[in-house]
Amino acid sequence: MQIKETPKEYDAIIVGSGAGGGMATKILSEAGMKVALIEAGPFFDPKDPVTQTQMKWPWESPRRGASVNRAFGDFDMSYGDWKVDGEPYTQKDGTNFLWWRSRMLGGRTNHWGRISLRFGPTDFKHKDVDGLGDNWPISYDDVKPYYDRLDKMVGVFGSNEKRYNDPDGFFLPAPKPRLHELYYIKGARKVGVDVIPSRLSILTKKLNNERGVCFYCKQCNRSCNAYADFSSSSVFVIPAVNGTGQVDLYVDSMVRSVTTNDEGKATGVSYINKKDRKEYQLKGKTVVLGASACSTARILLNSKSKQHPNGLGNSTDNVGRYLHDSTGAGRAYFVPALMNRKTDYNEDGVGGMHVYSPWWLDAKKDKLDFPRGYHIEVWGGMGMPSYGFGFDVSSLNKYIGGAIGGYGDKLRKDVKQFFGAVVGMAGRGESIALRDNYCEIDPDVVDQFGIPVLRFHYKWSDYERNQAKHMIDTFDEIGQAMGGIPMGERAGKDKDWGLLNPGQIIHEVGTTRMGNDPKNSVTNKFSQLHDADNVFVVDAGVFTSQADKNCTWTIMALAMRTSDYIVDQLKKQNI
Amino acid sequence: MKRRDSLKTLLVGTVAGATLGSTIGCKTDETTTTEATNVAAETGLYGRTPKEIAHDNKVNTEVYLNEHELTTIAVLCDIILPATADAGAATEAEVPAFIDFIVKDIPSHQLPIRGGLMWLDGEANRRFNKEFIACSDAEQIQIIDDIAYPDDEGKKPLMAPGIKFFNRMRNLTLTGYYTTRMGLDDLGYTGNYANVWDGVPEEVLANHDVDYDPEWLAKCVDQSKRMDIAEWDADGNLLT
Ligand SMILES: Cc1cc2nc3c(=O)[nH]c(=O)nc-3n(C[C@H](O)[C@H](O)[C@H](O)COP(=O)(O)OP(=O)(O)OC[C@H]3O[C@@H](n4cnc5c(N)ncnc54)[C@H](O)[C@@H]3O)c2cc1C
Ligand code: SF4
Repeated sequence: MQIKETPKEYDAIIVGSGAGGGMATKILSEAGMKVALIEAGPFFDPKDPVTQTQMKWPWESPRRGASVNRAFGDFDMSYGDWKVDGEPYTQKDGTNFLWWRSRMLGGRTNHWGRISLRFGPTDFKHKDVDGLGDNWPISYDDVKPYYDRLDKMVGVFGSNEKRYNDPDGFFLPAPKPRLHELYYIKGARKVGVDVIPSRLSILTKKLNNERGVCFYCKQCNRSCNAYADFSSSSVFVIPAVNGTGQVDLYVDSMVRSVTTNDEGKATGVSYINKKDRKEYQLKGKTVVLGASACSTARILLNSKSKQHPNGLGNSTDNVGRYLHDSTGAGRAYFVPALMNRKTDYNEDGVGGMHVYSPWWLDAKKDKLDFPRGYHIEVWGGMGMPSYGFGFDVSSLNKYIGGAIGGYGDKLRKDVKQFFGAVVGMAGRGESIALRDNYCEIDPDVVDQFGIPVLRFHYKWSDYERNQAKHMIDTFDEIGQAMGGIPMGERAGKDKDWGLLNPGQIIHEVGTTRMGNDPKNSVTNKFSQLHDADNVFVVDAGVFTSQADKNCTWTIMALAMRTSDYIVDQLKKQNI
Repeated sequence: MKRRDSLKTLLVGTVAGATLGSTIGCKTDETTTTEATNVAAETGLYGRTPKEIAHDNKVNTEVYLNEHELTTIAVLCDIILPATADAGAATEAEVPAFIDFIVKDIPSHQLPIRGGLMWLDGEANRRFNKEFIACSDAEQIQIIDDIAYPDDEGKKPLMAPGIKFFNRMRNLTLTGYYTTRMGLDDLGYTGNYANVWDGVPEEVLANHDVDYDPEWLAKCVDQSKRMDIAEWDADGNLLT
């Protein structure tokens, strides 16, 4: 098989079209750079009625939305989930890391939760506070101008709250809380947990003439046909491809490796065209990796050459290491006061919670037995029924002394009286990055394209377990304070207090972390490889540490910063 | 009896599976004006990939449940959700057709449903010397009353398989019913259309011991200005 080369040399070859790759595509193409964007999945436009699932009714799916073909159900807009056909990953030493991959234009941003939180000053320098992990080589002040631009460019609703570690920004106004959220606010305040309007990248107000305004269908996970929520496909990539004329888009193209020359600099990438299953090469002055933290690590580790025998960027054995996900635990409460509620109004709201609790404590002052915080997400309300609706509904009678089971009118009554009477809480917390949590190449297994796959090794520590215990203790307090009764069994110590598997929160970061010292980091503070100065990473691989926040707003702010830097360096002919 | 009558409708309903065309739509060139783009509802397509269309087509050509089983399921569905003054019975919402599809699509339902139906016929034979569907309504209900409630104290050990089976039937019937127009109407579900959310209505708030506090409301969207392009001052205060 002969590898086919294209003679054209791009200013930048961008790998992956998600949050990070999409941002790089926008910034570089708008700056006049000639860009190739390579995406492993198919083209996707949230506006296309052929692929659209938004505003569908449950009966339009013969399985009523059940998760037979898509892990989060028929209507969820992700091609690929914990499993991707023909592209396995493996585990080591009893690890059960769950790895979510969306293979499509826009990556996971077509269905993500749109929770868009800036990291705060403490988050970039947390080692200074508790001595754990490492500080980022940059501070909040370095990133702030990019967060500011991002808010205005993409749009995020929220409120300015003057909280030191949850910085203010340029917010669109927040939607009013729903009924169950008012219950949550009341309960949380009673027990001293802060609650503020949530911060989601959804347009509650017009941002520009290109995008629509939210019409409150609660279905952002289906991707918005009015472009009123942020998806990289609709907001970054499609406008850049159509608008600038600077972007060649390669879809269904799976990058195998970065190619390098005798000096060890990148010359481009080698990829498999999934349609003809042949290998191709593209040439570029720079290579910008945004394949998502673990996929980018995989590409680098698979880019072995004489100059980079251990994989590109891996001369100090840091690629794939310090992998860390957010922690997660959740619990649901049955709220009798919400029984038999009035249903005759549309309570859908936006595709996500309208209120949330940012981290409100201080590990030292509050003498906690875990170092880092978490935030609380709230769910509930009168959701559209789909597969699973009504399952064991009558068992809720046990909380009110009613009869369980039955049929006929009694059953109809149960369905109606309990509709919308459950409120749930989920904690999303910061874990400590450890060198010994990592992904690496499995020497024995290749995917259907012959590319060696990743193998995971990951263990939680007591910091995360204790944090999960604090989460469920807090949920129970809030739950009780809002008049709720906890549902299901409370996870005990044997079940790590309900701490979910690593990977399950889908905020994996750290695999190509940035640092000033090449001995313990992969990139410098501009996300530029220490080992090859024309290779950049624009996904969450570069995170030195997580925060008690979701990661994507920071992925995008950093991708913007790195893209500006690339433009500058190319113009100065430094790379 | 109402539930017997609707049986006919049902058996027709089972044959006609969902028709999934491999329609390749042309791209609509709608403007992004945004208010209420409630497009593509009820088109029959539900955003499938080619692989998913092939999956659905395959499931639709398979046969798992036989006619006797489907007839029995129809009777059970209408015992579980008979018609009321305001709402149709489960068979009128074509719940048996849904169950017919879902046991093929989620094979873990197959054995429990098939075995459970046999258990039911066995029980009917023991008690009345005939299959369940041949029993009178009163005879059917006699059996159902023994399996429609949990038996936590283990007083009816012989009924345990029936209780398990009926629970699954009840679950699938509820899902099958409340995911149809008829079911949504019965539930009073009023979502899934374009609207402008402006908070919980006053009369609903009045029924609950919660309220909007003015400080919070001040941070919320003024829906009369939602179409004005956002502008801020240098400190992030919204000006428009
Ligand atoms: C259900 C869900 C909810 C979430 N909610 C939130 C939230 O509320 N807030 C938040 O901050 N984050 C959330 N996230 C996480 C968020 O989606 C990710 O952090 C973000 O999408 C990461 O962006 P990325 O560009 O690094 O990767 P991705 O969005 O995963 O994009 C990577 C792209 O690269 C492509 N690719 C991979 N390998 C190759 C290759 N070898 N060659 C070519 N292309 C390749 C992929 O196909 C994909 O399109 C959520 C995720 C999920 C799944
Ligand atoms: S909730 Fe709003 S932004 Fe989200 S998909 Fe619906 S209309 Fe679009």
